[in-house]
Amino acid sequence: MSVLSAGQVSATGVPDSGPSAIVTAGLVRRFGGNTAVDGVDLDIRRGEIYGFLGPNGAGKSTTVRMLCTLLTPTSGQAFVAGYDVAREPERVRLRIGVALQEAALDPKQTGLQLLRLQGRLYGLSRAEVEARLEALSQLIDIGDAMKAPIETYSGGMKRRLDLAAALVHSPEVLFLDEPTTGLDPVSRARMWEEVRRLNSELGMTIFLTTQYLEEADELADRVGIINRGQIVAEGTPAELKRQVGDDVIVARLAHRDDACLGLVRDLPGVLGAEFHGDELLVGAHDGAATIGSVAVALASVCQVRNLTLRTPTLDDVFLELTGNRMED
Amino acid sequence: MTSIDITVGRRPAVARRSRAAADVSAIAGRALRRVPRELETVIPPIFIALFFFIVNIGTLQHLTQSHLPGFDIKSFMLPTAILLGVTGISRAGSLVLDIQSGYLDRLLLTPVRRLAILVGHLVADVAIATALMVPIVALALGLGVRFRAGPLGVLVFLLLGCLWSLAFAAFGYAIALKTGNPAAVNSSFLLFFPFLFMTSSYVPKGQLSGWLSAVATWNPVTYVLEGLRSLVSGGWSATALGEALLAITAVGVLSFSLCLAALKGRLRRG
Repeated sequence: MSVLSAGQVSATGVPDSGPSAIVTAGLVRRFGGNTAVDGVDLDIRRGEIYGFLGPNGAGKSTTVRMLCTLLTPTSGQAFVAGYDVAREPERVRLRIGVALQEAALDPKQTGLQLLRLQGRLYGLSRAEVEARLEALSQLIDIGDAMKAPIETYSGGMKRRLDLAAALVHSPEVLFLDEPTTGLDPVSRARMWEEVRRLNSELGMTIFLTTQYLEEADELADRVGIINRGQIVAEGTPAELKRQVGDDVIVARLAHRDDACLGLVRDLPGVLGAEFHGDELLVGAHDGAATIGSVAVALASVCQVRNLTLRTPTLDDVFLELTGNRMED
Repeated sequence: MTSIDITVGRRPAVARRSRAAADVSAIAGRALRRVPRELETVIPPIFIALFFFIVNIGTLQHLTQSHLPGFDIKSFMLPTAILLGVTGISRAGSLVLDIQSGYLDRLLLTPVRRLAILVGHLVADVAIATALMVPIVALALGLGVRFRAGPLGVLVFLLLGCLWSLAFAAFGYAIALKTGNPAAVNSSFLLFFPFLFMTSSYVPKGQLSGWLSAVATWNPVTYVLEGLRSLVSGGWSATALGEALLAITAVGVLSFSLCLAALKGRLRRG
């Protein structure tokens, strides 16, 4: 496994502010006979937003819990902010901030009490805590509700407070485990904006797990796709989508007919084709130039209900790699 | 296993580890701040203790005065009321809520010492137990109970009550950490019931008969009660106090061993 030196610019175009923030090798976690994480290798540079994408149960949260020192790996190694998560967990904890999947808040405390306690537990003085609360006030943005019990907060307010709690000690590496699950579109957009700001203004490394393809596409410098505990692909969203082709032609057929597959695959400009339900997905270098010949070929053997042309999504990548859609 | 061949850059952290006492104080402070919002956890014990203290005295005072000259039922019942009040006082239910809400994970993500999370809760329990004992003792003093061991005896009496409360509270935390189930924690007080009644809580140990006398001899609560009673009714008795401390220690060793094992298990399970 290689590590980039300070000042290098990676092949992905992400500027490197120094060596890796997160490195894992052969990370495994078993629960009884079930292997939740099965040999995950990661190398995430400082200052990078890394999107960790996968369906429910793929192993995203288990990986995060190991990297955050909440769970001991069954085997393999993991370094976060330069420290081994298994051997030096205390040093790792000083340098990471974590917002877990469910906002981990005490409903009986007020927002203010929760953040002050959080600051004390990170060894900050009273003055330092107050200064951090001031700095985070724009992010939290809940006004007088800070003095009210957390159980009275809305979902969006809880998420923002949870994020503030993860940031109170100015961590180097921020883990966000499905930070926008359950949020309305406005709150989601706000969270995205904050993630971008933390990364661009503070240079914070952000490890973001998500099951929303759009979120990974929108935020991440690089994306790792995990399925059944294993990384099945890694790269920038653009690189991953190029694996499918520059364009995707989607043909909705009256009936699935495997004869169509061979016919379409042999057409010039077609990179590949496969069925998903009654939809035939055709990857192409130049969709506009290819769609006509695809339409003619399909019409000769089956009934086509409609034909559309679009750019590939990460969902197409996931389908290509695993044979399933993320939503399945 | 692949070995990682890297030298990862390390930077000084803004955060730092607090002293152990600061960790405990922060956790205990939070546990105590929750009490006013969870009065349902402290009002029933004090109500039960005061209720039985008053009712038992009302029921038995005439009988004991006429049949046991010189026997003071109020002094005799005070330790029973204290044990009824402070046994099972714990923030273990609150810890279960932390497990369920994920807040325990948030605490575990900080550099706080794992043991401090437990000790902080126990320190809060001692503070609550003391606060519960004071009105019971004050009522007893108001009813004319006098400590033969004097004012220092009152302090030792409160201290023994706190130690017993602490020893028993650890069972609640063991159950909380093991199960994460509020119903299981709430029922932990039931563990105590047989111990409280199969002892000298209502009649002197010498008056117990048959199998109950044998059970009471092996019941640690008997010695805690006798130790407390010695301070009220008998003055300073090294034997009674020593036996009480020994009984509390024995229960404490068992409860804390279970508690630490449960904490270790929960941390391992993540």
